[in-house]
Amino acid sequence: MYSDIIALMRPEFLLLAQIVFLLIYDLFVCECGKKYFDTIACGLFVVCSVISFYPFGGVTVFGDCFGGMFSTSEMSQIVKMILCLGALLVFLQSKTWLNDERIVGKRSEMYILTLSTLFGMNLMMSAGHFLLFYLGLEMASLPLVTLVAYNKWSKESVEAGAKYVLMAAFSSGMMLFGIALFYGSVGVEGMYFDAIRKYLMVQPIQLMALVFFLSGVAFKISLVPFHLWTADVYQGAPTNVSAYLSVVSKGAAVFALMFLSFRMFANVFVYWQYILATLIVLSITIGNLFAMRQTNMKRFLAFSSISQAGYIMLGMIAGTDMAMTSVVFYLLVYLVSNIGLFGVVSIIENKTGMLTISDYNGLYKTNPKLSLAMTLFLFSLAGIPPFAGFFSKFFVFMSAAEEGWYILVFISLINTVISLYYYLLVVKAMFITPNENPIEEVKSDCFSKIGLFICLACTILLGIFSCVFAFISDASFALF
Amino acid sequence: MNFLYLFVLVPLVMMGVIALLKDSKRIKQVMAVGATIQLLLSFVLLVKFLDLRAAGDTAEMLFTSTLAWYEGLNISLSCGVDGISVLMIILSAIIVFTGVFASWGMTEQVKEYFLWFLMLSIGVFGFFITIDLFAMFLFYEVALIPMYLLIGVWGTGRKEYSAMKLTLMLMGGSAFLLLGILGIFFFSGAETMNILEIAAKNNIPEVAQNWIFPITFLGFGVLGALFPFHTWSPDGHASAPTAVSMLHAGVLMKLGGYGCFRVAMYLMPVGAENWTTLFLVLTGISVIYGAFGAVVQTDLKYINAYSSVSHCGMVLFAILMLNQTAMTGAIMQMLSHGLMTALFFSLIGAIYGRTHTREISQMGGLMQIMPFLSVCWVIAGMASLGLPGLSGFVSEMNIFMGAFMHEDLFHRVITIVACASIVVTAVYILRVIGKILYGAVVNEHHRELTDATWYERIAAVTLIVFIAAIGCLPFFPTEIIGDSLGVIVSKF
Repeated sequence: MYSDIIALMRPEFLLLAQIVFLLIYDLFVCECGKKYFDTIACGLFVVCSVISFYPFGGVTVFGDCFGGMFSTSEMSQIVKMILCLGALLVFLQSKTWLNDERIVGKRSEMYILTLSTLFGMNLMMSAGHFLLFYLGLEMASLPLVTLVAYNKWSKESVEAGAKYVLMAAFSSGMMLFGIALFYGSVGVEGMYFDAIRKYLMVQPIQLMALVFFLSGVAFKISLVPFHLWTADVYQGAPTNVSAYLSVVSKGAAVFALMFLSFRMFANVFVYWQYILATLIVLSITIGNLFAMRQTNMKRFLAFSSISQAGYIMLGMIAGTDMAMTSVVFYLLVYLVSNIGLFGVVSIIENKTGMLTISDYNGLYKTNPKLSLAMTLFLFSLAGIPPFAGFFSKFFVFMSAAEEGWYILVFISLINTVISLYYYLLVVKAMFITPNENPIEEVKSDCFSKIGLFICLACTILLGIFSCVFAFISDASFALF
Repeated sequence: MNFLYLFVLVPLVMMGVIALLKDSKRIKQVMAVGATIQLLLSFVLLVKFLDLRAAGDTAEMLFTSTLAWYEGLNISLSCGVDGISVLMIILSAIIVFTGVFASWGMTEQVKEYFLWFLMLSIGVFGFFITIDLFAMFLFYEVALIPMYLLIGVWGTGRKEYSAMKLTLMLMGGSAFLLLGILGIFFFSGAETMNILEIAAKNNIPEVAQNWIFPITFLGFGVLGALFPFHTWSPDGHASAPTAVSMLHAGVLMKLGGYGCFRVAMYLMPVGAENWTTLFLVLTGISVIYGAFGAVVQTDLKYINAYSSVSHCGMVLFAILMLNQTAMTGAIMQMLSHGLMTALFFSLIGAIYGRTHTREISQMGGLMQIMPFLSVCWVIAGMASLGLPGLSGFVSEMNIFMGAFMHEDLFHRVITIVACASIVVTAVYILRVIGKILYGAVVNEHHRELTDATWYERIAAVTLIVFIAAIGCLPFFPTEIIGDSLGVIVSKF
């Protein structure tokens, strides 16, 4: 009985164990032991992640426990794996930042807080009941506030923290209101997803609940018109935290929404489809238009990630197994490209403090490898073959077109051209624009080199080799 | 392994080798060897193709093979060639070969330049060997994006503006195209994205064809410089470095024509018939407008770029005539224009490298100074205005004969209008020849300039040989493409 639960919740238990271990280690180990803190944390995380997801023979991995409150499937395992990969990449990039003398004393907190959010996200992914879902959600967002305000000597960082906490509270409130309405309309059988699914039909009160719920999630995914916090928070937060926010935290919300909408809202499919279509068009277009005018790299990436969120949602709209696969695949590709991009930005920011796009002028002359890597990530985000972004975009479009959303696909396609424009602006700055004093040669630590290498390898290979896609596809097929 | 994959693998291997090299001379040598191998491969392909045909293999596509890729989505890397693609592959191989020699004098960031150049050629070759819609689109985009950096970094003049304009317009075209491809795939109800299968099913409903055809045609048409969307071409060609202009005008613009042909017309014949009127008007405008545009330009590259708009307009114009004669002309025009425009651009590059100006008013009497380049220029000009014995004559003859076969007033009028462009072509070609090649030497410093170097000679002579070959032996390519065209024409 208990062994089943432990087997099922392996990733969660291991995350908890890591958190406790790191806390104790930080408290009781002498200074010389702390020198290796980053290595130990990253190594431990890798080992635990492998144990969490390695398919040991004979151990039950899929099933329910706690009376259906917690359930795992192949898909939820894949999704958790992706989030873990994202967290690992962010850890690898953070070393230089964490060794800044102003925060080096509390670097363990960064790992502990990030692992806690990951724990919360895992609960969200596996929740079968709104209570657990909501717990996971809060667990995933509150530690992030601390992370956003981590550079407490910086006014922007603290301001961003304040904005983020308000936003998180507000969106949770909206979502809770939606959940309450669901509960009210379903009645005695409680807040199990299966129960809600059974009783969900086209009633005004339930549609209203749906709208509130979707708005709450849309805040987390930063879809327009719920995006206003994004640019400010990304700009103020430490770059590595922005990376985490833009990919892992956003990804978790997307996955949660994906599971819920496929599992729970199947009966009112048509309604949320149209709501989503509106949000998609707005996000892609407005994200793009604002991104064009940005001069600060982090704000630029924030708006680009808003429009990317629109593309992710585009995959969801079809509501087929193919759609689910394309969303997960898109997120995986987006994760490696975007974290890679943030990685380059953070390397340069940590060494030189330069953050505007014009600072990157002539970067290729002094840092050819970094600028080449950055170009590949930008191309991947813009959807240029043979990089993975092209494939993921194509699949998203394909799944939407399959269900006949041609106009929506067309609008998004035109927007890819706009997005190409601003991605190319950065490429232009690095390769073409002449500059007398380009950023001098930057040396990065070996952790971020490994991180960038993983990102690059994934960006180049994920599309060309179809095995990852097939793997995800099998899992989503099993769910339908 | 399929023979056709070599066309993509060879440049890929070259990219790998070049990435490891440091010395720029070595890099150029590798490029020359690789490009020669590719040229030879393309002729081996031709021989093999003819052998198979002679042995009585009448399949529509030869050397077909399918490599499963995304099985769940029915996407595979299928390739195969028919007569048309064989000729296009030869054309690409020739232009890549000559392009390498035309950029032999490159000194700045040689490695990066050739890496992007090879990526461009991978896209081009890949596009011509695949018969899978997805793979086609993929290679099409692979060919587009290196242009941005090639023009932006190594270009001249307003290079940043031109590079951005070119990339965005072509990507806009590909946005239309992607929608078209998805539409074709889902409406045809085919199991795979293989063109042959979709064509064999031939069951895209007319309503769907009516909206998918125009966007697909437009999508490819942007690359083929269709009238309202041609504006990237003059700026882009004028700013690009020599070899890139050659490859772009010589091969990449043909991708547009070939795609219109292979995807839009072949898969959606009904849509094509319904839309010919509008597109004929647009291509007619391209032909005439490009010719007149070339007349008023004073920059050599702009003149040639506008002339490309006019000539590529002629390709699309001929395709829309929907009969065998005109379509033969269209393919011949692709070959002929590809070769002569590449010749033009390589000569312009050579002249500009010496005189440092492309303004025709600042040059004169070059025939006395650099006779080799000037004679080549005259040959290219004659081919362009359709002198019998050179390639331009064959193609224009076929196009206008085919066009005139239609008996209704509309086709007649538009043909006569397009025909008039021949006269205008003569005006701008002869004007340039008269101004810069003959007459007195305008700039005394030009007297110190030298004639063509060995690598420029290789490029020019290779191109001239093929131009003359097509002009003198037109029946040879016509025969190769005859059967393949028949399959497409029979749909109308």
